[in-house]
Amino acid sequence: METLFFAFITLVAIVSAILVITCKNPINSALSLVLTFFCLATYYVMLDAPFMAAVQVMVYAGAIMVLIVFTIMLLNIRVDATKAHSHKVVLGCIIGFFTLINIVILLMKSRVALPTGPYSGNMIKQIGHTELIGREMFTNFLLPFEITSILLLVAIVGAVILAKKKL
Amino acid sequence: MGIEILGLPMMYYIAMVAKVLVAFVFVLLTVAYATYAERKIIGHMQVRLGPMRTGWHGLLQPIADGVKLFFKEEIIPSQASKFAFLIAPLIALIPAFITFAVIPFGGIIEVAGYKIPLQIAAYFDTASGRVYDLNVGVLYILAMSSLGVYGIVLAGWASNSKYSLMGGLRASAQMISYELSAGLAIVSVFMLSQTLSLNEIVTQQSAFNGLGWYVFKQPLAAFMFFICSLAEINRTPFDLPEAETELVSGFCTEYSSMKYAMFFMAEYANMVTVCALTATLFLGGWNGPLATAIPLLGPVYFVAKVYFLMFVCMWIRATLPRYRYDQLMHLGWKVLLPLSLLNIVVTGIIGYFI
Repeated sequence: METLFFAFITLVAIVSAILVITCKNPINSALSLVLTFFCLATYYVMLDAPFMAAVQVMVYAGAIMVLIVFTIMLLNIRVDATKAHSHKVVLGCIIGFFTLINIVILLMKSRVALPTGPYSGNMIKQIGHTELIGREMFTNFLLPFEITSILLLVAIVGAVILAKKKL
Repeated sequence: MGIEILGLPMMYYIAMVAKVLVAFVFVLLTVAYATYAERKIIGHMQVRLGPMRTGWHGLLQPIADGVKLFFKEEIIPSQASKFAFLIAPLIALIPAFITFAVIPFGGIIEVAGYKIPLQIAAYFDTASGRVYDLNVGVLYILAMSSLGVYGIVLAGWASNSKYSLMGGLRASAQMISYELSAGLAIVSVFMLSQTLSLNEIVTQQSAFNGLGWYVFKQPLAAFMFFICSLAEINRTPFDLPEAETELVSGFCTEYSSMKYAMFFMAEYANMVTVCALTATLFLGGWNGPLATAIPLLGPVYFVAKVYFLMFVCMWIRATLPRYRYDQLMHLGWKVLLPLSLLNIVVTGIIGYFI
């Protein structure tokens, strides 16, 4: 049952990912990308990581993509005649082919590892995924967490200064 | 009940389907009659009678409206972006309904020896003797409400009309700014409850004979959450996206027939959801005197609280004039956001010392 579900979600993910790059209309591409994000969120749920799934939908589908759609709307990019240059197509094919070979080799060599470490699926179910992440983030990984927040603060201040013409 | 499918008893599936059906039908009926109630209540507040013709005191009005909209001609503007135009009402409607999956509307009831928690995304584990529900319930709701903006933005953009685009842009700016304060107001609730599961948030408010509601501990957060939610679902006094006097009908100007009805339904379904959420987070959910002793009282209390909050929404609509756009942004970013941050800091300090 789980495999069947996985196969279905994967199918949707692949089709929507292809639609992202083939759609003529940028808004439709953006919508397909949202669908892809949903499929990724489903994978997180299947991997016993509900917090990641919720954050995936909230941040990527809910915030970042809304901004992207907003930008597309404001710039008003209608269906424009994008000419496919042949040298670009050839270059893309070559890069894609080598990436494919790379992935196939990696997949052939690797083997599926069982989850190791203290955090088993049962423990996540008992204590809760969010609690575990929070505990780690505010104890062992406090310094990276604080550094990230300072970086974000700097980015916000920078954005305000850039946006404001007269200080 | 010995039959098991995929390791779960048969009753599990029956209970799930029953819960989904009951909740869905309840929301649909409430949406239909909320339109009637709104016209009636506002009518009486403005010393009018409201709908009177269809049925006794106009009771059949929602059905007549539904039939009328269903049989209207459907017009798709020739310059519209077809796919987005068709899918926008659906995107607006779905997030409003699926939020109900995590809202608990009653305690645990026992049917044929099988314990059923009255919350769609939850089950009772007999081995450990506790209810498991979605452990990130609150985040799920925030995620879904952040998706609601897509429907409106797409509708505005796809219609290819000035009024629609203006409405869509206003709506998205408004929803993004108020989502933030609403989310931060909820943060102070789960600083008290220390969990994200809605079931546990409700259980923790059962003190003092079912009256230990968070609205008494967090009055400011409750107030702000309700205001921000009203703004997020574009209700009056924040209904700028569809301000009739300036934008005809905002993002749904070009919509007709059933698609217009879908936006209408989405608006009211959002209202039901927001009221249910406010009742769950701040008014103790299904808690009330004697609710734990008599399980059937739980849903009654819950529905009563939701209907009371919906009445407040309609009351506000009848009383307050619409905000101006710059006032709206000022209120969102310069008043509500700092207040909600302050509320979190104060909650943190008090929580640290107690």
